[in-house]
Amino acid sequence: MADVAIERSATAPRTVRKRASLRTALKRKSTAAFLMTLPLILLIALLVIYPAFYSLHLATLNKSMQRFIGLGNFQFLFKRETFWLVVEQSCIFAITAVVFKALIGFIVAHVVHNIPAKGQRKWRGMLLVPWVIPPAMSTLAWLWLFDPSYSAFNYLLAGVGVDRIPWTGETGWARFSVILVNIWFGAPFFMIMYLAALKSVPDQLYEAAAIDGANWWQRIWYVTLPMMRNIIAITTLFSLIVTFANFDIVRILTAGGPLDRTHMFATWAFRIGIEGGDIPLGASVSLFMVPILAIAAVFILRDINKRGNEA
Amino acid sequence: MTRKKLSRRQFIAATALSSAALVTAPYVRGAHAAGKLSIGFWDHWVPGANKASTDIVNEWAEKEKVEVSIDYIPSQGNKNLLTIAAEAQAKSGHDILAMPSWWPHAQADLLEPMNDVVEPLIKQNGEVNGTTKYLGKAGDKWLGVPACVGSQIKGPCSRIDLMKQHAGIDVQAMYPAGAAPKADAWTTDAFLKAAEACQKGGVPFGIGLGETSDSVDTVGAFFLAFGAEVVDIKGNVVVKNDNVRQVLEYYKKLMAFLPSDAPAWDDGSNNRWLVSGKGAMIMNPPSAWAVAKRDAPQVAEQCWTHGFPVGPKGRFAPFLPYFWSVWSFSKNKEAAKSVLTRLSQADAVEKMVAASGGYDLPAFEKLTTLKTWAEEGPPKGTLYHYPNPHKHQLLSISASPAPPKVAQQIYTQATLTKMCVRFYRGEPMEKTLAWAEGELEGFMRS
Repeated sequence: MADVAIERSATAPRTVRKRASLRTALKRKSTAAFLMTLPLILLIALLVIYPAFYSLHLATLNKSMQRFIGLGNFQFLFKRETFWLVVEQSCIFAITAVVFKALIGFIVAHVVHNIPAKGQRKWRGMLLVPWVIPPAMSTLAWLWLFDPSYSAFNYLLAGVGVDRIPWTGETGWARFSVILVNIWFGAPFFMIMYLAALKSVPDQLYEAAAIDGANWWQRIWYVTLPMMRNIIAITTLFSLIVTFANFDIVRILTAGGPLDRTHMFATWAFRIGIEGGDIPLGASVSLFMVPILAIAAVFILRDINKRGNEA
Repeated sequence: MTRKKLSRRQFIAATALSSAALVTAPYVRGAHAAGKLSIGFWDHWVPGANKASTDIVNEWAEKEKVEVSIDYIPSQGNKNLLTIAAEAQAKSGHDILAMPSWWPHAQADLLEPMNDVVEPLIKQNGEVNGTTKYLGKAGDKWLGVPACVGSQIKGPCSRIDLMKQHAGIDVQAMYPAGAAPKADAWTTDAFLKAAEACQKGGVPFGIGLGETSDSVDTVGAFFLAFGAEVVDIKGNVVVKNDNVRQVLEYYKKLMAFLPSDAPAWDDGSNNRWLVSGKGAMIMNPPSAWAVAKRDAPQVAEQCWTHGFPVGPKGRFAPFLPYFWSVWSFSKNKEAAKSVLTRLSQADAVEKMVAASGGYDLPAFEKLTTLKTWAEEGPPKGTLYHYPNPHKHQLLSISASPAPPKVAQQIYTQATLTKMCVRFYRGEPMEKTLAWAEGELEGFMRS
């Protein structure tokens, strides 16, 4: 009996302690936050992390997916002329589109910022329209505007006596068309991000600059841009990744043509992997940019952290 | 605690009673006694055409006591290809899946041999054409049952009036309804002259030069007509040959008479070209004519589907068959084979062809003279020559006779049209051939 009594008295405090620590853990903000984000984490693990690792695995297999060939697919790709054409085009497409999106977003954000508060909301809403329409849908409208035989733009041009333009038939024009649609779709995102950043710049800084005799350009260069640096870096990085991975606009507008001159990584990967039945090679094409973008992301984000610490 | 013991006598009595009950019980056949079957059919372009397949399958299911579920999977956005790839990866999915031309070979290792279905069907319905064998057989193994639904020939669909007016060609006299073709003079040279005349008359032929299947199929038929192989039957790259040079020169001449935006065309562009009344000819199955019948009846009543021109090495027409394949991981292979046999019977084929307005083409020899093609109109007889009833042309597919897995890459990457466009745009012949050789060598991966 005595043994039992001793045993009981020894376990009781341990249970109480356990309950107490669980209660404390649950009360902790970080635990609550973790539990609330857990469904999302699981969803991301299921829909992003698993497919990412699976595609890595696929990229190491031979065409019939029966043999492990290590980096053989990448070695094969590096010898293909079309692959380097796709790399070149993806860089041209992504860099040009992001630069113009940033530039247009920056200008429009300033214009909207200077509109009196009363009418600003209306303009903000209207300017966001291209970004909120699903690109697959809006690109279909663009397809009709650029249609080889029945282009609405060419109809208008013919009205003023200008020759029809092969919007999607000639290499140069086809590249121009896909980049234009991407800019049209993505510029509102930059605009809204820059507008948010502009609104957070304290007015006192501009007042101080004005007292110091700074002109318009100096105010932009020495006040606005330094205050927006972090948001510009993050937006650019985000947009660069998304633009490099673009699929829908190119797929709908040109399907990579003419003569493969508008293919991006995603569209070429789809052509090879799904349409051509070479899934491992398609996976390799789509994974090619991951290390490059990851290094770019590390540098940009490290810079942001540094600036954050300085502040 | 009490424990009930079962005596030896009680055990024997219980066993005897249970056995007797099992033996004497009446056999009750449930509504779905033969199990379940899931089918992924191709979602037909023609409105209402799916109903014919559904009715035939349901009728069969009721008789055979099988619970059937059918999904109609569209080819728009390549949803059918994505489904094939996903099911092959997951090794799970439909029991039967409709696979377009190249896909049985691409998934050959995962497909159930269908010899026990196809061989009796050939005995019953007649031989299948060479392209069906090329795409549907790996060695001696049939990879799928040649499907009527979705199979098509992409031959010329000409405007009777415009061809007469501008090219002086009476397509109805050349391909009379109900009779054998009188098309000896319908050569690749005559085709070129007609293309020139129609272009000068402001109604150019609407032949695409893009990277989608219509463009690839047409150029492939011309390559074969000139005997221009780029990869031979053994898988050797043989692109640098005189026949290829000859067909590239021919296509360069032809391209000068085609719409200038043809390199940007997709599979819808030629249909719109015909329906808008802007052109004298396109290369398409009767779907374009069917749309014209609905949207531009005055155009439709001037359309006539007929054969390809003959080239130095023969007369070839692009044929794209569909196959109904059964996965090796299917859980009800017997039922799958049974329903596919039912779907390939003459009466079922006739219903499906009628429901598609003549679009669908059975691969079997004895089923190419159904009344639908003779009677469809206007004008009556417009589809008579669509199923190649007089075997006047060889049914072929672009990039053949290369081994199917290599040919699939040539087809998908549109290598032949790209060669034509590159050469037309001023690239020297040998540079185009060298580029093609590099591409083709890349397709030899295994």
